[in-house]
Amino acid sequence: MHKLNIFEKILARASKRKEVVPGEIVEANIDMAMIHDLTGPLTVHSFRKIGASKVWDPKKIVVIFDHLIPPSTILAATLQKGLREFIKEQGIPTFYDIGQGGVCHQVFPEEGYARPGELIVGADSHTCTYGALGAFATGIGSTEMAAVFATGKMWFKVPKVIRINAEGNLKKYSTPKDLILKIIGDIGEGGAIYKGMEFTGQTFSKMSIDGRLTVCNMVVEAGAKAGIVPPDNKTITYLKKRTKKSFKPLKSDKGTDFEETLEYDVNKLAPQVACPSSVDNVKPASELSNVKIDQVFIGSCTNGRLEDLRLAASILKNRKLHRDVRMIISPASQIIYSQALKEGLFKIFLNAGAIITNATCGPCLGGHMGLLAPKEVCIATSNRNFIGRMGSPESKVYLANPATAAASGITGQITDPKNLRRR
Amino acid sequence: MNIEGKAVKFGDNINTDVILPGKYLELIDPEELGKHALEGLDPTFVQRAREGVIIVGGKNFGCGSSREQAPIALKGAGVKCVLAESFARIFYRNAINIGLPALECDGISKEVDEGDILMVDLQNGLIENKTKNDSLQTATLPPFIMGLLEEGGLIPHVRGLIGKQ
Repeated sequence: MHKLNIFEKILARASKRKEVVPGEIVEANIDMAMIHDLTGPLTVHSFRKIGASKVWDPKKIVVIFDHLIPPSTILAATLQKGLREFIKEQGIPTFYDIGQGGVCHQVFPEEGYARPGELIVGADSHTCTYGALGAFATGIGSTEMAAVFATGKMWFKVPKVIRINAEGNLKKYSTPKDLILKIIGDIGEGGAIYKGMEFTGQTFSKMSIDGRLTVCNMVVEAGAKAGIVPPDNKTITYLKKRTKKSFKPLKSDKGTDFEETLEYDVNKLAPQVACPSSVDNVKPASELSNVKIDQVFIGSCTNGRLEDLRLAASILKNRKLHRDVRMIISPASQIIYSQALKEGLFKIFLNAGAIITNATCGPCLGGHMGLLAPKEVCIATSNRNFIGRMGSPESKVYLANPATAAASGITGQITDPKNLRRR
Repeated sequence: MNIEGKAVKFGDNINTDVILPGKYLELIDPEELGKHALEGLDPTFVQRAREGVIIVGGKNFGCGSSREQAPIALKGAGVKCVLAESFARIFYRNAINIGLPALECDGISKEVDEGDILMVDLQNGLIENKTKNDSLQTATLPPFIMGLLEEGGLIPHVRGLIGKQ
């Protein structure tokens, strides 16, 4: 038997085989499936067309409303109403309605549904986030999800795997976001197409779960099918208080061959920025100080977590936003929202002149709450800067970590936080 | 399965946000979605696609968001088939699942010019460029993917599976 990596082990288990090899196509049993308010309605539409009457296992389905909440149009409200009816009809117990959850890729791990060794699909491309907890998690389309709802199964092509090994300590204002941006800048937008990415080395073992979620969240921006940080004690501690279900942490066999190993030394990594209009157009923040901004967005499934809000607050404390800049902050979940409130972060944000929204994806996808006008420029902590992503096709989006985004809000131009003048 | 149409060319990394912007994700009807296909990138596309076209893309076609509304919008606009150097995996699966043929074809962007008339023989992986009197051979689709397309996509396929149980 050949040595198996973590991706192969999970697919082998889920397809009831002893081993699988890259390129092989297997039919696997799905452990968990997730839909949200924008991909859910089309899933239900396809489910009805299939003619299935009951979902395969209501306990394995999680529904989280996050994209257009509270509904921004009558159509959105109508679709959400229809989805609630489907959830009731099918007896799906794990539903996070408006006010109960927040951004799906924060709520799903926060509530303990992402467990090591599991095979998870979500009708959203950033489902890959859950690899931070040792799961094989990947995004699928709505009709594919309808087939999963009906059968509990899906075909997978066993991916080749790239290993990213990082050593060293991140500097004060450099974050996991900067590391993943650097990696995507190096390998390119299609650099990991169809592949798995395994993250090893001291940098990742020292990294918080929040940070690992940020890294795995963005692997799809390099085209990867899934990214995994091998589960360790941190993973187990994180999950202990969140799930009662037992799980078996799987790891790559020692001496596994990877398609390629990329080595990173993060000691000198400076804050990075992905410039318009592709995520691999990455430059150090310090080289972009001539770029003026109109809006800052701090939030999303990439960087709307508690650590991110604390970091932004450490920059914004006792400072005011530049007069030509507006800042939108969206905590990624209700839990993060109340924790940030309790810690006094909101006071800092409000004093700086920012507005705080409910936990929603809204601004990141140009859905609602802060769309951009033609020629406007936004620096955002989210994961995509494509043409028209946050509004007008003539607007521009720069992607950065929360410290860089906050510092840029103060100066009105893209700013490496280390270059901010002392208070 | 033979498909004929005029080539409409795009470059590398065409993402699903430009294929169908987020503000239209509430739509489900293919025709409605089709009215907005690629509007941010090429406002003339929708009009040109109406006659039935074949998209010729570069590398990593359909990257980004998992929105199935992207291939639905292309199909709704009149796209008969997408040929590309490579596809982003979610887009590829979505296209096949909704019955929009997608074929990976190394070198296609060099061999085809905008407006060339193409004939795609899906069964044999053969692309004939009628304008240039030239042809390109590519790998054939795996049999079960070809089967899905012949059945009209994933919905009729799963309907059949459930019916048998």
